[in-house]
Amino acid sequence: MNIGKAAVLAAAIASLAIAVNASAQTIKVGVITTYSGPGAAQGDQLDKGFKLYLKLNADKLPAGVKVEPVFRDDTGANPDAARRLAQELIVRDKVQFLTGVVWTPNAAAIAPLTAEAKVPFVIANAAGVTIPLASPYVARVSFTLWQASYPLGQWAAKKFKRAYTVVSDFAPGHEAEEGFIKGFKEGGGQIIGSARVPMTATDFIPYMQRVKDAKPDVLFAFNPAGKQATAQMKAYADLGMQKTGIKYVGPGDITTDEELQNMGDAALGVLTVHHYSAAATRPANKAFVAAYKKEYGEKLNPGFMAVGAWDAMDLIFQLIRDQKGKIEPDKTMELVKKYKTANSPRGQIVIDPETRDVMQNEYLREVRKVGGALANVEIETVGTLIKDPWKVFNKKK
Amino acid sequence: MQDFLSSLVSVAFHGLAYGMILYVISVGLSVTMGLMGFANLAHGVFAMAGGYVMLTAINSQGAPFPLAVAGAFVAVALGSMVLERLLYARLYTAGELEQVLFTIGLIFMAVAVARLIYGALPQPVHLPEYMKGQLRFLGRDFPTYRVFLILFSIAIAALLWFGVERTRWGAMVRAAVDNRAMAQSVGVNTTRLFTLTFSLGSGLAALGGALGADIIAIQPTYPFEHLVYFLIVVAVGGLGTLRGPFVAALLIGVADTACKYWIPELGAFFIFAATIGILLWRPGGLYGRAAT
Repeated sequence: MNIGKAAVLAAAIASLAIAVNASAQTIKVGVITTYSGPGAAQGDQLDKGFKLYLKLNADKLPAGVKVEPVFRDDTGANPDAARRLAQELIVRDKVQFLTGVVWTPNAAAIAPLTAEAKVPFVIANAAGVTIPLASPYVARVSFTLWQASYPLGQWAAKKFKRAYTVVSDFAPGHEAEEGFIKGFKEGGGQIIGSARVPMTATDFIPYMQRVKDAKPDVLFAFNPAGKQATAQMKAYADLGMQKTGIKYVGPGDITTDEELQNMGDAALGVLTVHHYSAAATRPANKAFVAAYKKEYGEKLNPGFMAVGAWDAMDLIFQLIRDQKGKIEPDKTMELVKKYKTANSPRGQIVIDPETRDVMQNEYLREVRKVGGALANVEIETVGTLIKDPWKVFNKKK
Repeated sequence: MQDFLSSLVSVAFHGLAYGMILYVISVGLSVTMGLMGFANLAHGVFAMAGGYVMLTAINSQGAPFPLAVAGAFVAVALGSMVLERLLYARLYTAGELEQVLFTIGLIFMAVAVARLIYGALPQPVHLPEYMKGQLRFLGRDFPTYRVFLILFSIAIAALLWFGVERTRWGAMVRAAVDNRAMAQSVGVNTTRLFTLTFSLGSGLAALGGALGADIIAIQPTYPFEHLVYFLIVVAVGGLGTLRGPFVAALLIGVADTACKYWIPELGAFFIFAATIGILLWRPGGLYGRAAT
């Protein structure tokens, strides 16, 4: 062996050693969210939540451990693209965690992959009720539609007798509708009509006119957070339904903190049940909102999706700390089931060890003007550390 | 019974509002297809452009509503005149395939440009205060803006009818639709007539797009998403007439609203079924002339 060859060999061994060393120190986290298409505004919330957490908490990892996020754009509710991206992240980028995901169909497409590859997947938003059942490596910190809609139905039944429901015609809409109807009927209320509106609808007047003509006491609405919620609220105002004594209620998706200002005064008095409001006065939330505004501008309110991303990253950081940077998938999932924190911006949250779904408080809020701007003011806690009701009701199946 | 009558009024009213907007947008398409035999699939681009012009004028320039609507009409009518002279005129004698390919390409470009400038989301519509709220009439509330839409569109339809049936320009248009070669040989300047009529049709589309922005949201995919409705209006109504698209637009407006009102799960199914039925019964449309 001549000196040249020896040097090459030594260099190769050295670089191999560095590579091994580096992979032990840097933990790649695949983040799938939406940067383009009509859902870009929602994806942006996740993106901002993740980046804010990473920026402010880099020092909370064990010495020598670094988290490297790998961001990918799924372009909207597009399960094929999401699945392909997840596959690339797992196989090519060798990520040790997956997180993000705005859309339920996307998360449902990714979940089976995580079971095959044994990659822990922390869902930061997608709320479809059955997703965590699809893989033992899925945990969720966001919410389910049942979690807000079922207690809202129970609460509404105490105040109102006749309800009409108008929801977007896709899985979360159906879940919100079913949850509300079950809660409302159990409380002795009567459902006088239900409509499911296509997700592409921009004009809600015909649907809402039907509701107005049916004269219910309360209208339960669900739209995916964003412009559709505004359009439906606008139809409610244009038809003067408030004057005729029809109360507008729904899960917090219909008055998201980031979209609320676009809705204008039409939204005043709307009642929602949800786990997060930027206007909440808990110290952890005040600190979170202040940090968010400092980073992204005084006018921008964080919405529940930004909080979902924040908490997803907090869970991942906790898992990394617990294992001192050496991630083993099965041990990780055992640790997931022990996760609880009192310091989420939304209050205390716990991962339910049985379902790996989040347990959290649900608050009743009313849209009011606070300092000249619209805000979801929390007026009552309708449930403390609620488990997903759907999984409770359907346990025996 | 009372409830049923009341729901009939609801459907008729909102159907009328939607139908009238469809009419104002589509009538230009009917005329260009009837008059010039040009399959202009990009007609929705002009409607979208009208919507963007109006909303930009209101949202970022603070222009008053009537001025913004008039601006949309004028800007798009002039713009389309340029397009007609530069591009469309070259394809009048080309085959239908070339025309369709050209106009589809135009749609793609318009969609991309709109997305580049305005982003993918629907534009917010801020109506002036006097257009908000409801009008009380015969013991019922009607949204003010939609009442205005209906009255305004009826005025436009009446004006158009007068223009086509009672003026010299109208006589020339009718002559050119009936027999272009003969009209030309008796001294009608068909080239100029085409340009003017095309730009009027596009301007009307812009007017419809602007006024209807509250009903048909202004977003980059507009020309594709609603193309099928514009084509249905023209196909069901028949080419080159004013009455045909009017009746067809009302039919579609009312049928679509009724469907949303009573059976929302069905989506647009009913419209397509009705269109197929009508075209099987009368392939040339309700008021169409025999194919030449």
